[in-house]
Amino acid sequence: MAILYIDNKPYEIPTGKNLLETCLTLGFDVPYFCWHPAMGSVGACRQCAVKVYKDENDTKGRLIMSCMEPVANNQRISISDPDAKEFREQVVGWLMTNHPHDCAVCDEGGSCHLQDMTVMTGHNYRKFKYKKRTYTNQYLGPFLNHEMNRCIQCYRCVRFYKDYAGGKDLDVFASKNNVYFGRAEDGVLESEFSGNLAEVCPTGVFTDKTLKQHYTRKWDLTMAPSVCQHCSIGCNTIAGERYGSLRMIANRYHGEVNGYFLCDRGRFGYEFVNAKDRIRKPMMRHQEVDHTTIIHELSILLKQPGVIGIGSPRASLQSNFALKALVGEHNFYHGVSDNEHDLAELAVKILNEGPVRTPSTKEVETADAVFILGEDLTNTAPILALAVRQSVKQEPSAQAVQVNIPLWNDAAVRGIVQDRKGPLYIASIHATKLDELAAATYRATPDDIARLGFAVAHILDESSPVVENLTDDQYQLAEQIARALLAAKEPVIISGAGCESDAVMKAAANISWALQKRNEQTGLVYTMLECNSMGLAMMGGHRLQAAFNAVMNGHAHTVIVMENDLYRHGNKSDVDAFLAACKNIIVLDHSMHATSSKAHIIIPAGTFAESDGTLVNNEGRAQRFFQVYEANEVISESWRWLLNIGAAMGNMRINAWKNFEDITQAIANEEPLLRGIDTITPSPQFRLAGQRIPREPHRYSGRTSMNAKDNVSEPKPPEDADSPLSYTMEGYRGAPPSSMIPFFWSPGWNSVQSVNKYQETVGGPLRGGDPGLRLLEPDATKPVLYFHGIPEAFKPLEDHIWILPLHHIFGSEELSAKSPSVEKRIPSPYILIHAEDAANLALHENEPLTFYIRHHTYSLPVKITTAIPHGVAAVPYGIKAIPCSELPEWATLKDESQINVYTHARVNVKQT
Amino acid sequence: MERPLTEHIRKDHRPLTLREYEQTGGYQSVRKALKEMTPASIQSVVKESNLRGRGGAGFSTGLKWSFVPMDAPKPKYLIVNADEMEPGTFKDRLLLESAPHQLIEGMIVSAFALQADTSFIFLRWAYKEAARNIRFAMQEAYDAGYLGVNILGSGFDLEMHMHTGVGRYMCGEETALLNSLEGKRATPRAKPPFPQVSGLFGKPTIVNNVETLSCIPHIINKGADWFQKLSRTSDAGTKLFGVSGKVKHPGLWELPMGITMRELLEEHAGGMQAGLKFRGALPGGASTDFLVTEHLDVKMDYASIAAAGSRLGTGTMIVLDDKTSVVGFVRNLIQFFAQESCGFCTPCREGLPWIEKILRSLEAGDGEQNDLKLLDFHTKYLGPGNTFCALAPGAMEPLQSALKYFRADFEQYIAAELQTLAQGLPAERKQRLITDISKF
Amino acid sequence: MLTLEEVHEIDEAVKVVPYKKAACIEALKIVQEHRRWISDESLKEIAAHLDMSAEELDSVATFYNMIYRKPVGRHIVLLCDSISCWVMGYENIRDAVMQRLEINYGETTRDSRFTLLPNPCLGTCDHAPALMIDHDLYRDVTIDQLDDILNRYT
Ligand SMILES: Cc1cc2nc3c(=O)[nH]c(=O)nc-3n(C[C@H](O)[C@H](O)[C@H](O)COP(=O)(O)O)c2cc1C
Ligand code: SF4
Ligand code: FES
Repeated sequence: MAILYIDNKPYEIPTGKNLLETCLTLGFDVPYFCWHPAMGSVGACRQCAVKVYKDENDTKGRLIMSCMEPVANNQRISISDPDAKEFREQVVGWLMTNHPHDCAVCDEGGSCHLQDMTVMTGHNYRKFKYKKRTYTNQYLGPFLNHEMNRCIQCYRCVRFYKDYAGGKDLDVFASKNNVYFGRAEDGVLESEFSGNLAEVCPTGVFTDKTLKQHYTRKWDLTMAPSVCQHCSIGCNTIAGERYGSLRMIANRYHGEVNGYFLCDRGRFGYEFVNAKDRIRKPMMRHQEVDHTTIIHELSILLKQPGVIGIGSPRASLQSNFALKALVGEHNFYHGVSDNEHDLAELAVKILNEGPVRTPSTKEVETADAVFILGEDLTNTAPILALAVRQSVKQEPSAQAVQVNIPLWNDAAVRGIVQDRKGPLYIASIHATKLDELAAATYRATPDDIARLGFAVAHILDESSPVVENLTDDQYQLAEQIARALLAAKEPVIISGAGCESDAVMKAAANISWALQKRNEQTGLVYTMLECNSMGLAMMGGHRLQAAFNAVMNGHAHTVIVMENDLYRHGNKSDVDAFLAACKNIIVLDHSMHATSSKAHIIIPAGTFAESDGTLVNNEGRAQRFFQVYEANEVISESWRWLLNIGAAMGNMRINAWKNFEDITQAIANEEPLLRGIDTITPSPQFRLAGQRIPREPHRYSGRTSMNAKDNVSEPKPPEDADSPLSYTMEGYRGAPPSSMIPFFWSPGWNSVQSVNKYQETVGGPLRGGDPGLRLLEPDATKPVLYFHGIPEAFKPLEDHIWILPLHHIFGSEELSAKSPSVEKRIPSPYILIHAEDAANLALHENEPLTFYIRHHTYSLPVKITTAIPHGVAAVPYGIKAIPCSELPEWATLKDESQINVYTHARVNVKQT
Repeated sequence: MERPLTEHIRKDHRPLTLREYEQTGGYQSVRKALKEMTPASIQSVVKESNLRGRGGAGFSTGLKWSFVPMDAPKPKYLIVNADEMEPGTFKDRLLLESAPHQLIEGMIVSAFALQADTSFIFLRWAYKEAARNIRFAMQEAYDAGYLGVNILGSGFDLEMHMHTGVGRYMCGEETALLNSLEGKRATPRAKPPFPQVSGLFGKPTIVNNVETLSCIPHIINKGADWFQKLSRTSDAGTKLFGVSGKVKHPGLWELPMGITMRELLEEHAGGMQAGLKFRGALPGGASTDFLVTEHLDVKMDYASIAAAGSRLGTGTMIVLDDKTSVVGFVRNLIQFFAQESCGFCTPCREGLPWIEKILRSLEAGDGEQNDLKLLDFHTKYLGPGNTFCALAPGAMEPLQSALKYFRADFEQYIAAELQTLAQGLPAERKQRLITDISKF
Repeated sequence: MLTLEEVHEIDEAVKVVPYKKAACIEALKIVQEHRRWISDESLKEIAAHLDMSAEELDSVATFYNMIYRKPVGRHIVLLCDSISCWVMGYENIRDAVMQRLEINYGETTRDSRFTLLPNPCLGTCDHAPALMIDHDLYRDVTIDQLDDILNRYT
């Protein structure tokens, strides 16, 4: 701790930070542009000037940039010094010389960092009387709009896009007062994190194009704290609605999970909520029915025996639990393929029963050695990939610390680090975007990846099982990886369900356990396929095949399929047969898909935006999302439908659960692994100063007139029985509890920068702690029981090809793929094969390859690569026309009839 | 009078061959340094010699060298800044074109003193002749074993490369130069860390000016005392001094540090051209403050010129005569600096073009009273520390001193404008305009 | 396509620096030396050769004024417009050159013979005004010499 004098008043402060961060943490309004808490300081904008004095006798002082100055004990500075103020005002004056002053038509207007700083510095009158320079804008793809004239040259965009997120196709061009930020030529921005530019840019150069299509001023949105539904990381989001449609997803800062950023899938995938083909009305055998009728009909239908329920990894804990309660524990099935079911349970088992802790995304950022097995993180858990990008800076930046360069001094650290990277090793099926950072990569089938992993574990601890028949190369690589992991202070092993292999996940566990014996700071991360895969696995339930069997064997005839397209999880023929055998197919969902189109009864469920719910992310962190707005009277959360039906059926247990709190408490009481989830947000009765927390900022406008075309009297706002949030602008004005921040705002800070005011320290945890509850904490005292059963090395099979799924950030996830902007980024179907295999098959790029899986014929255009093993092919996961639920699988390349029936060549790994 | 730097430069400026150079005593200092001296002893001689950097800032060379961590692992870099691009500066060109071996010799000794194993000559693209001559001399030096591995059997290795720039004044700023050598945009770096600790490719690096390094062989050969005594003042050595502008004999001369401006102007440059009077001069390149008639007897050395309110800079003086427009003069300078701003920091990128526009509008007769206030304001706030590097503060030096010494010239432009304006205005408003002017 | 010669020269430059990208300015110079200017196509090819994106390389290329990103004439006339030349009346020279070539700054004559560019201080201030055509420096230039000078370039 040190003493810092600000305008002659002493403050006790921690050392190591710069003056700007320190002043902001102390609550002072020091303006800035180029500094960003996640990206550090470069001193470009000169906006954060303050005066510093040699000692108390120094009355003149000198101006310094507070972002570039480390705090020191007994340092004396002045924020209010007239010179400092005049200089700061003039910095805005300078920036304004070329700014177009088009706030009225600018999407950023009213939530603009530049506007805020202009007001903060008191720059009112324009002194520059000459012509402005103007630029042409670029087309940057479906996500972002470009308006270069508004640029204030803070360099934040390139620093984020290139330096932080590793993007290649955005840069700064030219020099002097003619610098231009954009692409070399018009075109789609390639980075998966491009959307963050809309928040990183302090003005309206990069803005959300999807918002523009149904534009609303940000203060006119009704907003709620939400959680991204598009992968297992569970980034915290703010979702905003107006006129009954969802308009925007923005980052909701979380110190551990997603920091300041979101990926483009998470930011732009929301528009499935507004889709034309949403399920909006209950339907019974193609007839629209009302709420009462459907409840009544279902209460009768479901009372009969033979009802099963199929849950979903993309539905909340509450909805899955309600379904389980309704159909009974024995009749509740997880709606995921058996393999994915096993993988998720395996992850829970390893993290819950093993000795190694799973780190948060933030902790992955600070890992100094990372080994990734089988996952293409950029496509399966993008924000984690962003964290890994930061992790490789850890080890080399230790050199900066040695010469007393603090890590926030970004350009200086980069100067020292140059292109050096800390140890990152990637074993994957195909090339991944992170490969460019890796010390070594290994491209192999999941079995071979697992073998490498088991080998690393064995090198680290001889008591873990040994891998036979490794090649020299493989052994050397394993040694190299083992050495790097051993040398690290905080090594992290990352694996997941992405390559559908339990062997890979077990190998990862073995490595981390072996490492843990030497280093207690070891971390193990698993990523899952969907936003609530982990939560579903923690809740228990049967495998999908068992559901099929139940109906095929005649034990059941009626199925409730909740928020699930079974065709994504079961073999087409199996699902076809199953659905054909069901007498009653009841689908509870918000969006149409192959399964719902076969339903006899359809019930309109709410999307996340119309729902309250809890998800468990890959870290085992339970996180609550809040309803943003009430949908029309029939659409409601799946769990609410199920509770209503249960009550109508006279189910006393269900009848006792009236609202979100009741059901959440029931889960907490009944599900041992989910204990505590009722404590992660305050109860609906919670009030601050007797008031609810408003979903709308006090600047919200137009509510007396927005519905006037329907009704001149202002409708009564709905009452929220499930949370302490209100649907209006009335309510408590101060900071809400950290778990339920609907929007960031603070006097003078209308832009997202206001998040500083919600944090304990700038860039640190939210005041009151980062939200969510980690449910899986390890017990380091548990004995290590290594996994055995090492698979055999992959051998290509003549006339066959081993087909694996490849994940794509755009397209592989079901809901985001329905958003029009995301849709434009979905790759067209392909099958990726090795160049030599292509040569053997006499195939050229884009020519169709015909293959057969279980008597089905498929034909896809080939893409040729050398970055995939021989005898293996990959197809994009989840993309139409591709049988991803059948994979991984051997396909035959010859007409089936000509080939003998073969036995499954893959060696099944049995857990011991 | 001794002229160590230039005495062996031929009249026609053709460089000496290696053989010729050796005959004049060339490369003696390399032998002496590598065989008889240690890096530490060389460094202390250089420190004692009181040599100050000739690149413009005048920082003690010995002191600068002492910040290089001697125990740091290789590579370590020595870079000679031959990017000479400051308007009015034409001194390094002579040494580069006509005495390349002297520079190479200085670099070898300096690299040995710093235990640097790689050196670069960062040469301005426009110096084509210099590039040819240096390339030739470098090859000769390699062939003679002065460069490469195990130089003169001493065990010391030094590689030398020449990089020719692709324009932009910013490359002369030492940290921007490093970025440029790394294949990046020549924007400056923040200090700390200083290049001595983290320079080229993140390694310890020394950047010195051509003239600075050209002094080194002589200091090693003849000693610190000798070098000190070359000067007439406490700032040691001789210096290349130049004069340009409307004098009778513009030119460049090696003269003792501390000669007066008057001597330089009158004895060497032959005084003003017929019919013109001296009004002032920038004593050391475009980014130094004007000195005026009252300063003619100021000694040309770092301390004395600083005491007079300017900087010795590069020692190449640009003369302002009484028939040349001060506003035009300053506008031309500011136009240069605005054009050469790297675009990284706000005050420089936006402030300089603004000043340029004001000055242009003054010249065009569109000035307003507020313009002078804006100019003053900019000179106050584009000072050192407020901008990222020294480019904009350098640009303010001629402007602020012009506003100080020649303020009436600026006012005249506005007054003239107001007069014409006032002709079409009602009497009462006219009066206000006229009286307002008197406030300046 | 980069020629073999260009590739060879670039690879030589790469040897001097610790990583490929660091030689990108050299590479731009090399290709410009061969082709007079850097077209979008050349830019992309150089970038690919050095494992850079077009953006990354263009960011560097557009920063420096002696890398030409637009076609230039066979000869480039660089007129010093800095202080000493200004004092010595370079503006007259400028006007005369523009009149003779019938172009403004930044333009190329219709016959592609000359491109005219302003240029900061050429470092020969004691012989102002000065100009450079290609590799040749002209000092103490007067208007009467202009025709003579220009005629040397075809
Ligand atoms: C904008 C700018 C341009 C500069 N240009 C040059 C230059 O062309 N040549 C030079 O030697 N120093 C130049 N300098 C000074 C260098 O940054 C550095 O101080 C010098 O090369 C150090 O060498 P010295 O210690 O031998 O003087 C420039 C500085 C600035 C701020
Ligand atoms: S897709 Fe995944 S990483 Fe991206 S915002 Fe959503 S949860 Fe976060
Ligand atoms: S925030 Fe400090 S200089 Fe930009």
